[in-house]
Amino acid sequence: MTGTFLGMPPFPEAAHDAVNNAQLRHNLRKATHTIRGKRAAVVDELDDWPQLRAAGKAIKDHTLRHLDRYLIQVEEAVTAAGGHVHWAADADEANRIVTDLVRATGERDVVKVKSMATQEIGLNEALADAGIRAYETDLAELIVQLGDDRPSHILVPAIHRNRSEIREIFLREMAEWGEPAPADLTDEPRVLAEAARRHLRERFLSAKVAVSGANFMVAETGTLVVVESEGNGRMCLTLPETLISVVGIEKVVPTWADLEVFLQLLPRSSTGERMNPYTSTWTGVTPGDGPQDFHLVLLDNGRTHVLADEVGRQTLRCIRCSACLNVCPVYERAGGHAYGSVYPGPIGAILTPQLRGTASALDASLPYASSLCGACYDVCPVAIDIPEVLVHLREQVTEQPGHRAERAAMKAAGWVFADPSRLSRVQRLAGHTRRLIPKRLPGPGAAWTDTRNIPEPPAQSFRDWWAQERGSDGSPRRDDA
Amino acid sequence: MTSRATVLGRIRAALADAPADTAAPLDRTYRRRHTDADNTLPLLVENLRDYRAIVHEVTPDQLPSAIADALRRRGCTRVVVPAGTPETWTADVSGIELLGDTPPLTVDQLAAADGTITGSAVAIAETGTIVLDAGPAQGRRALTLVPDYHLCVVHAADVHASVPDALGHLDPTRPLTWISGPSATSDIELNRVEGVHGPRTLEVLVVRD
Ligand code: SF4
Repeated sequence: MTGTFLGMPPFPEAAHDAVNNAQLRHNLRKATHTIRGKRAAVVDELDDWPQLRAAGKAIKDHTLRHLDRYLIQVEEAVTAAGGHVHWAADADEANRIVTDLVRATGERDVVKVKSMATQEIGLNEALADAGIRAYETDLAELIVQLGDDRPSHILVPAIHRNRSEIREIFLREMAEWGEPAPADLTDEPRVLAEAARRHLRERFLSAKVAVSGANFMVAETGTLVVVESEGNGRMCLTLPETLISVVGIEKVVPTWADLEVFLQLLPRSSTGERMNPYTSTWTGVTPGDGPQDFHLVLLDNGRTHVLADEVGRQTLRCIRCSACLNVCPVYERAGGHAYGSVYPGPIGAILTPQLRGTASALDASLPYASSLCGACYDVCPVAIDIPEVLVHLREQVTEQPGHRAERAAMKAAGWVFADPSRLSRVQRLAGHTRRLIPKRLPGPGAAWTDTRNIPEPPAQSFRDWWAQERGSDGSPRRDDA
Repeated sequence: MTSRATVLGRIRAALADAPADTAAPLDRTYRRRHTDADNTLPLLVENLRDYRAIVHEVTPDQLPSAIADALRRRGCTRVVVPAGTPETWTADVSGIELLGDTPPLTVDQLAAADGTITGSAVAIAETGTIVLDAGPAQGRRALTLVPDYHLCVVHAADVHASVPDALGHLDPTRPLTWISGPSATSDIELNRVEGVHGPRTLEVLVVRD
């Protein structure tokens, strides 16, 4: 079973291993640079990208402002279309609802579409405790599951694994879960993908129950949307008799027409494609086509806590595209596991401590897992001001009682503050792109800035700096070659 | 208290101090399309090919022979033909078993078929996307999913420039499948591999009528 993140050390300790793992750093670098290059190219094709981004932000903000109304509308529309709607206040309740629904079918196996929400609540583990086996069907999630591992990237969860490791995992584990890997398995990606196809084929064709998340749900019509590439999503959404979708309450959009914004923003930001290979939409049940029993589980699990925070609530605009991971210099070095959550990278650094609170040393350290360079904000398709939320969370962490959290925070801050050139770069960027330029740095930075003046932001723009530092093709000029 | 009441109560409490919504009619200043009307067809073909679909442009007269040729080249012996497919489409096909879906084919029958011929609801030029809405000549979703080969007919009249244009022509109450090239994965060291679970080959006949 997929390992959990409980008991993880704080970010700086966890990141330490990754930073010293040359193979991992190489994999991550290659992956993030490749995807961000593709993203930049397809975003450039749309000369109205800033307007699309502004619309995406505005639609999400409007929806969040009236979240109660739109959720009730979704509930009515899904019910009218023959589906069933359940409300889950927390992870335990969501797991209980799904477990009971699976039990009611009499099945002991479920197939799963890759879903952040079900990872967040630990659904696979909860199902296993109830004697139900959940089979991940996305290739990367399959690699993670078979390797008894944790995902390290939102879009490409097994990016920390290379082909020979994947081959070993398949040879060792597939037989225990179903169709074994062929004995002559090579480490060619095409051959490995074929082994996964065969391994899962029989399961897809016989599965009676599927569990998914959703990228969007439309209030006006009750339509759910799943965006994917491999067709495993289509298999799960179409062939079984029962479909259970666990969806965070922030995933709602008001109207069908609003999808025109998000179906442009998401694929281009995420995989760097004009459109992902497959998008499925369904509304309740359709007689004679697809599952005839459909359940929507609306998940809170801390989201209303995020909503209550004036500065932090913008985090709920996130459409999980992972663009912010691919541009983050800290993620590139630390890797996804260091964030101790299914949400890594810049989005993880703000979402996780808001969902879980900052009582643990790990969660208290997350707001410091950033250099505040602002690159994440630049690429975010719904314009989440991640640096602003990070600074806001740092203030909260340092205000809370107890030394444990503060020490963890100070230690994390060390990564940035240990090297004065790194800090001054951070300040320039933060100041200029964010207009955040403070007299004092908040949180643990305060002690440092109390004895120094923070320089004025330079005239040079972030883009200019980036080009100068990295070259126009995005390749590095120094310090991380 | 039910969880529904709990969650809705938390939302209302969380928003108690939120400013009134000013975005009344949302400012939609983005473009409806990014290409000229006379460029939609060439752009569709270009983008479909970019996503490794096989594409042919044909006239209505050429369609039956184009379908027969494609199936022959592919070496098909059994293909699924959804209800509502015009008989002319398969008029030139010989020596290939055509499987109807009434009564519904079992998954095993679908898995044993070599491919499926369908029409389409709309296509989107800017993204290289074809949308099926389970209407006539398209059938239920499983038909274009389980067999390894999908031969799809797109009429020029159904081609729209952009996602915003296309959405207005789609009915959300129907189950929709948006297809942009064949199934693909990039999960192993970011190498693109076509065909993990969906059809490994997508062949498109664009009919200029
Ligand atoms: S925060 Fe923005 S860039 Fe990051 S995953 Fe969410 S939507 Fe994408």
